[in-house]
Amino acid sequence: MSLISYLTLAALVFAIGLFGVLTRRNAIGILLGIELMLNAVNINLVAFARFHGDVAGLVFTLFTIAITVAEVAVGLALVIVIFRVRRTVDADRLDLLRG
Amino acid sequence: MRLLVWLPLLVLALPFTSFLLLAVVAPLRRRGRAAGGVGIATIAAALGAALLIWREGFRHTATWAWLPGDGGPMATVGMLVDPLTNAMLVLVTLVSLLVQVYSLAYLHDEPAPSLGRYYTYQSLFAFSMLGLVLAPGFLQMFVFWELVGLCSYLLIGYWYERPAAARAAVKAFWITKLGDLGFVIGIVMLWAATGTFEFEALFARAQEHALAIPALGTIMFLVYLGAVGKSAQFPLHVWLPDAMEGPTPVSALIHAATMVTAGVYMVTRAQPLFALVPEVLALIGWVGAFTALLAATMACVENDIKRVLAYSTVSQLGYMMAAAGAGAADAGFFHLLTHGLFKALLFLGAGAVIHAVGSNDIFRMGGLFRAMPQTGLVFLVGTLALAGVPPLTGFFSKEAVLGGVWEARMTWPFLMLAVTAFLTAFYMFRVVFTVFFGDARGESHAHEPAWAMRGPLWLLAGLTVVLGLRFAAGGGAHHGPTWLAPLSVALALAGIVLAWAMYQRGALDPRRVAAAFPLSVLDALARRRYGLDALYGGVYRGVVLAFSRLIGWIDRYLVDGMLNVVSAWTLRGGDMLRGIQSGVPQDYVYGVAFGVLLLFVWARLWMR
Repeated sequence: MSLISYLTLAALVFAIGLFGVLTRRNAIGILLGIELMLNAVNINLVAFARFHGDVAGLVFTLFTIAITVAEVAVGLALVIVIFRVRRTVDADRLDLLRG
Repeated sequence: MRLLVWLPLLVLALPFTSFLLLAVVAPLRRRGRAAGGVGIATIAAALGAALLIWREGFRHTATWAWLPGDGGPMATVGMLVDPLTNAMLVLVTLVSLLVQVYSLAYLHDEPAPSLGRYYTYQSLFAFSMLGLVLAPGFLQMFVFWELVGLCSYLLIGYWYERPAAARAAVKAFWITKLGDLGFVIGIVMLWAATGTFEFEALFARAQEHALAIPALGTIMFLVYLGAVGKSAQFPLHVWLPDAMEGPTPVSALIHAATMVTAGVYMVTRAQPLFALVPEVLALIGWVGAFTALLAATMACVENDIKRVLAYSTVSQLGYMMAAAGAGAADAGFFHLLTHGLFKALLFLGAGAVIHAVGSNDIFRMGGLFRAMPQTGLVFLVGTLALAGVPPLTGFFSKEAVLGGVWEARMTWPFLMLAVTAFLTAFYMFRVVFTVFFGDARGESHAHEPAWAMRGPLWLLAGLTVVLGLRFAAGGGAHHGPTWLAPLSVALALAGIVLAWAMYQRGALDPRRVAAAFPLSVLDALARRRYGLDALYGGVYRGVVLAFSRLIGWIDRYLVDGMLNVVSAWTLRGGDMLRGIQSGVPQDYVYGVAFGVLLLFVWARLWMR
């Protein structure tokens, strides 16, 4: 297995995640898309660490996983609060910032 | 003696303190009579100091650097104290004090806040006038010159809710500004040529014949223009009669005794400079004499008692200027001092009459001597002094002026002044006979005024008589030929007799006299004020207002238009850009993703 195949996998996962973020109307779906994109980055970091023989990438990945967990916890909490207030988590209808 | 050095500054500081106190401490000002008390107390103290200076015959010059410049200050402030200043200090503080005391009774019906405002202005005026008198140089004089102009504006417009008063205030302000424009250009040109504003430095150079500036004639003419405006000389005299819209004590102080004489004072003060340019001096003399005659004719047809006095003031200012123009500035200044006393007396007397009758029209008064004998008596003293009847002060000063003009071989101005002397006696006694003698007209509840008003009247009348007697005892200052004194007395008596025949005896019908041929033209012209007011009104409407409208149009449509277009574009651009902000997070992510893509493409194509 060469580095290129790992990077291709990561790029695919990233693209799927981005697609999800852009197309899902449900806020939870968008959060899932963001998770996919972050994990694509993790795959990249681990792959580079493996092929360059440098543990720094592994350490970074651990950090990223921990931060991602925190981010999801905060994000889901926000979504729940929004649902309680607005009775919807449809991203199209959460447009308070429209100019 | 060392303390005496500070006395002139004390005279200046006292009214200023009163002004500051009244201007800043609003509760005191709103008390009205208390404010009057402050003003009167300070001006009384200033009068005391001025009298002390005068008695000592004090001379002192002190200047302090003001505007810094390369190699010494550009301009100085300070004080110049000499006999001229001493006399003016006493006149200004004395008349100010009397007028302020008089005003307490004259304006007792005014609401307290307005009375406080009145005394604030009065204090500011006293300060400004004293500063003008003490000025050691043209620049300081100009600053105070403008300040007295401001006070004149404020006090003419004291009853600002009356449209006539507000208009008169603006008219006085603008017309004197016209002259001041010349004044300021003149002193700046003088400074550019000599590098100093100070009188003493300029006089020293004038004495050494080191003042050979080619443009000196122009400069002194421009400086003289300031005096033309301030001292109501032809053709800028039109503001003074209108200024009578202010309270009568104000007319007595500002428009008879002090401010209007500032022009004469300035010409007297700068006499060594004017002496270098005989052609300007001749012009001053001719214009002065012409003003005297013109104003006297207008006074003969005026029915408003204050306006008669105003024209008479213009006429007497013409006398002073004629004397200055003839090189006899001392005589002119002498006339300034005596005139200041008896004209203030006449105005205050007229104020008492107006107060009692409630009208300014002399033909609605009559037989007032019986109702108010004291006022009548002092008014008669003032009138005799103005007419130039010995042994009152006016006789001596007028004779000195006539003598000075005769000795300068200015025959025509002398004749004009002689005719004016006759007319002066005539129009003043026209007023006296109509107002105080003859039949009573209208309701007669007239009564003597309060003591606060009678006191100043008696004091001024007493001074006019006592000083006159002292001049008589001193033999008078003998100017001119021996036939001069009999001539001037004869002219005065002729005027009095004519007035008596026309308005008291009824031997001559005034209407028929006015209708006789050469007089009828003059009568019609004088009643129309020689068309000068109409001319200025026309020029104002035709030129100034038209120009203002043009400027207004440019401002409204060109300047504002440009700015409006810019702001409209900004608004429209903002509206268009607003559509981008959808508020949907995914749209922003699209933006980010597309931007990243663009960066990639850009890096690929351009960043090899």
